[in-house]
Amino acid sequence: MRWGLVCIALLMPLALPSQYLVTLAMLTLVSAGLGQAWNLAGGFGGLTSFGHVAFFGLGAYAAAIVQLRLGWSPWLGLPLAALVGLGAGLLVGFASFRAGLRGSYFALVTLAFAEAFRVLANSLDITGAGLGLQLRMAPGLEAFQFVDRRLSYLAALVFLVLATAAALHLRASRFGARLAAVRESEAAASALGIDVVRTKSLALALSGALTALGGVLYLQTYLYIDPSIAFSPQRSVEMLLVAMIGGAGTVWGPLLGALVLHVVAEGTQLLVSRPGVAPMMYGVLLLLIVWLLPGGIASLRGRIARHA
Amino acid sequence: MLEVSGLGRSFGGLRAVADVSLSVAQGGITALIGPNGAGKTTFFAMLAGFVRPDGGTVRFAGADITGRRPHLIAAAGLVRTFQITQPFAGLTVAENIRVGAFLREPDPRAAMTLARETGTRLGLAAQLDRPAATLTIAGRKRLELARALATRPLMLLLDEVMAGLNPSEVGEIIALVRGIAEAGVTILLIEHLMQAVTALASEAHVLAEGRLIASGPPREVARDRHVVEAYLGRGAAERMASHA
Repeated sequence: MRWGLVCIALLMPLALPSQYLVTLAMLTLVSAGLGQAWNLAGGFGGLTSFGHVAFFGLGAYAAAIVQLRLGWSPWLGLPLAALVGLGAGLLVGFASFRAGLRGSYFALVTLAFAEAFRVLANSLDITGAGLGLQLRMAPGLEAFQFVDRRLSYLAALVFLVLATAAALHLRASRFGARLAAVRESEAAASALGIDVVRTKSLALALSGALTALGGVLYLQTYLYIDPSIAFSPQRSVEMLLVAMIGGAGTVWGPLLGALVLHVVAEGTQLLVSRPGVAPMMYGVLLLLIVWLLPGGIASLRGRIARHA
Repeated sequence: MLEVSGLGRSFGGLRAVADVSLSVAQGGITALIGPNGAGKTTFFAMLAGFVRPDGGTVRFAGADITGRRPHLIAAAGLVRTFQITQPFAGLTVAENIRVGAFLREPDPRAAMTLARETGTRLGLAAQLDRPAATLTIAGRKRLELARALATRPLMLLLDEVMAGLNPSEVGEIIALVRGIAEAGVTILLIEHLMQAVTALASEAHVLAEGRLIASGPPREVARDRHVVEAYLGRGAAERMASHA
């Protein structure tokens, strides 16, 4: 019943009258999927990252480079990007967790990684340096490029379903239970036989792989990527916001968070057409959530149930 | 089962544990006692891999486990509990115990069944579906025991599982610990309450200022001159000797 309603709600945007509105709905889904990807490590594992855009950018660049330089199909770019994200997650995770970095120290390390990749992308030939990389326009299924935004919407929907499936798996599996234990107390978890470094690194790898897929989705929608888009700190913040507003560590939180965030952003833009107002609204929203509803919107249900 | 030889560790200039050798035979309950700051918890932390010793060896079930990482030692069957309880506060009591059960039982459903059984056995039946954060101190001590037991250990290291409990709760935990030992799990426990030590342990080792100063049956050890000195000071020990 509930699943049915969710499915119908997610398919409704396909009937929207304008391509503009479908595009808005698609961007909301991509944002929800990216938020969910962040949530896998940041929410379920408590690995608060400020630099998740590193995985997004790596995925986008990996897919762009193999298409432009090696003539690969974008469909092969997808698994490759996921592998790159996975590898980067393992590497960053293993390096930081082995050194015992956690909390705000880990957050700063991820931020530094993202910035380092931005600088690299800006100076290397293979990434097109500051000019970025432009894909050749070739609409069609085989090039994974869609003029009809409804098809892009469906691709984003598949991405979100994948990320949500990963979250559902974490909620039900042994790995997820161990990750939650590590989040709550590393000492107790290791005393019960859990390899803390391995568990956290794998969570970051899973999260990194999905985030990289989000990067490919962006690339195939706009056909262009440059260092400031691929590694923009603002996207890291948005991923974190989506999860925190909706409810970090919950399965449906990121979807709720993305809906609220995009409605607020679009609403503000309609009312005040001044740049910079939307990010301000993000800040206000985050403050309100942290102040009034630390568990995010998803925690409302439990609160209402307790009051009823 | 457990053989410790020459184990030591310093923090800066402080010799927290110095040259401690002892062995624990399979089965039964052994106690480790000593005044505050004697190095008991550091000694436990070294056995379980949380603190790296700077000298000596630990052999467990025939293998050298000195300096191995904690999760590997737990996997080998030597599992510790914490004096300051460390519940997974955001999880339910049953989920907490299941984390332990997952060590030997990969299937989530089977692990949950094992966890609920273990919890019930340790008197947590009514709390199984509540968040662990809501437990009382006595409940948290039981949870520490239940989680460790759910890993199906060969040997348990219990760090003050009775501290902070009232007398009737102490009596209940004593019965639980005895039950665990009777089921075949070897136990080494740190304890302050002599009542608990004499009720449970067949052998006691006494640490003072990082050194092992006496070993033997608890009642004898409690009368040992060096032990009385360590707890009460030299003057008190001499007065007690002159009264005897």
